[in-house]
Amino acid sequence: MMKKVLSTFKSIKWKHYSVYLIIAVAVAILGYLSLSLDGKASRAFDTYRSLLGDMSIWIILAVSLSLVVGFLGELSLGHAGFMSVGAYLGAVITNVLIANLKIENTFVIIVVSVFVGGVSAAACGFIVGLPALRLKGDYLAIVTLAFGEIVRVIFKNANPNIFGGAGGLQLKNYFTIDRKYFFIIGFLFVILTIAVIQNTIRSKHGRAITAIRDNEIAAKATGINVTKYKLMGFVISAAFAGIAGVLMTLKDGTVLYSKFDYNYSIEILVIVVLGGMGINGSVIAAVFISLLNWKLTDMNGSLSDYKNLIYALILILLIIYRNAPALKGFREKYNFRTLWAMVFKPKHNPAKDKGDAVRWDVVPTKIEMNEVLSTDVVIDSTGDNSADIGERGGNK
Amino acid sequence: MNIKEKFVDFFKAHFKKAPKHKRVDIESEYVLETKELGITFGGLKAAQDVNLKIKKNEIYGLIGPNGAGKTTVFNLLTGVYQPTTGAFYLNGKDLTGLRQDKINQMGFARTFQNIRLFNNMTVVRNVMVGLSNQPEYKCSLFESIFRLPRHFKTEKAMRKRAKELLDIFGLLDERNNLACNLPYGKQRKLEIARALATNPKLLLLDEPAAGMNPNETEDLVNTIKYIRDNFDMTILLIEHDMKFVSGLCDRITVLNFGTVLTEGKTKEALNNPEVIKAYIGG
Repeated sequence: MMKKVLSTFKSIKWKHYSVYLIIAVAVAILGYLSLSLDGKASRAFDTYRSLLGDMSIWIILAVSLSLVVGFLGELSLGHAGFMSVGAYLGAVITNVLIANLKIENTFVIIVVSVFVGGVSAAACGFIVGLPALRLKGDYLAIVTLAFGEIVRVIFKNANPNIFGGAGGLQLKNYFTIDRKYFFIIGFLFVILTIAVIQNTIRSKHGRAITAIRDNEIAAKATGINVTKYKLMGFVISAAFAGIAGVLMTLKDGTVLYSKFDYNYSIEILVIVVLGGMGINGSVIAAVFISLLNWKLTDMNGSLSDYKNLIYALILILLIIYRNAPALKGFREKYNFRTLWAMVFKPKHNPAKDKGDAVRWDVVPTKIEMNEVLSTDVVIDSTGDNSADIGERGGNK
Repeated sequence: MNIKEKFVDFFKAHFKKAPKHKRVDIESEYVLETKELGITFGGLKAAQDVNLKIKKNEIYGLIGPNGAGKTTVFNLLTGVYQPTTGAFYLNGKDLTGLRQDKINQMGFARTFQNIRLFNNMTVVRNVMVGLSNQPEYKCSLFESIFRLPRHFKTEKAMRKRAKELLDIFGLLDERNNLACNLPYGKQRKLEIARALATNPKLLLLDEPAAGMNPNETEDLVNTIKYIRDNFDMTILLIEHDMKFVSGLCDRITVLNFGTVLTEGKTKEALNNPEVIKAYIGG
């Protein structure tokens, strides 16, 4: 029994779970700090609480968008649109719970509103994705962008008794989640997001999604239902955007349509591009960007006006760093992979896991190649057996 | 006439949908049978009245000068294009007009003239993508997300099968490399391995020997014969290398300008004066 437990423990690939572990430990420490402090220290910690709350929302958004942009390889600019759908419908259902059903239990409200927000955003993703995913590249980007703008205008002009109209929607009884707890809840959802998206990617469904990104024609010829897997990626991504929207609503206690504009989608996209391929990168980039945002607004607004400029600068510098020939040696020496190998030194032994399948080098083949190659093909009347006729045409 | 009727008339006049092919299965002793398969692009008849009859365990060649419509026929058979006329049958089952992935699941697997691998994925994952539609590796998204036992079981089984396939093609030691980093000959082999992973009944190879040196070609001949014998496979291939074709194919069809020039036993067809004329002119 003990042996079995030990062997399973050893067989776990800890590299795959490092993100969860780091986040869980960090949040446990910070959560303990947040709950144990009181008085002046607690008030001093307040700014960090709101920072961490924002950070959790950014991470959820970035990780969910990286599924579409990074792994599916389609450019979506409507992420804020899905987020606003989640935010508004989560707010509406919270209002219904509070005003009509007289439920003010925070746990119930979180569960119900996150569920409703996530499902409604996923449904929107499905409805938009079904026609839009026939398009590619820039065209899909334009359609998703239009979706984001349409949703914003719809929520502005919809029934003000339900959706609050131009003034935004206020939760009933001024309901919010206490800042003390919010970031802990937020990071629980971060872990859920990373778990779901990472598990999707590290399965055969995720492989199909990645295959579509790499070569759609080959994916089709390999029997992958491209529409299905594209929709799958799109819907999962939209669902988590919706959840992020709900969390934002519950944090602020109010939701305003004008927040979810084009720039917001771009900001999420910047994080994903900055983070590069993979989920860990998106998480790190989201942490970095939210820290940057926080620091910029901290400086009495002097620099926060130049936020987009700074994003652009960061992206340009990053691209230069990635491509500059002068830095090639440095990049190869100090990239994440080599550092990881230096620390953990994974042992790779190809001979160990060789199966008992048929080996190519011992397969008996009874074809004499000389015979094959000397077969007479009379093509020319002069008797010249010219070998290759026609082009080899490798560039079709 | 109200506006609605006008609209309907307009759409009927300008957006004529081609009549959909009605699939009717036939009795057939052939693995692949095509009946007057053809496609036109505007006025261009890219392929016309192509009749192929391929028996089980046969290596069948499709040759012709450049622009004869060989790859077009492949694209018709794998559902990239929808044929304007005719139909094709796999063991008597009509597959005309199906989607590409459906045709693949029914039993056609192809490789491409220019290699199309999943370049940013490892070699073993390339093959695992091909395996993912097999009924024995079924696993829903729900099971994958919540990491239920079946996920681990299918992943393990898929990886094992993929390794077996890679072993056959001598790619096992490179299974964790990215596909784009393989040398040319091995990329070709990987493409064939991926096609075989989908468990096809007919394997379509589009110029498998293109750009290979004589040693690699020899290796490929052995590989294809090995596949035919051990996977119980029927193979249809396009090739320009006449040595390759005459050494490998049981029967061939020669295409020229989208039509069948001749068909039959490889040597007889190749020595047909019309074929020589088509290739060399005169």
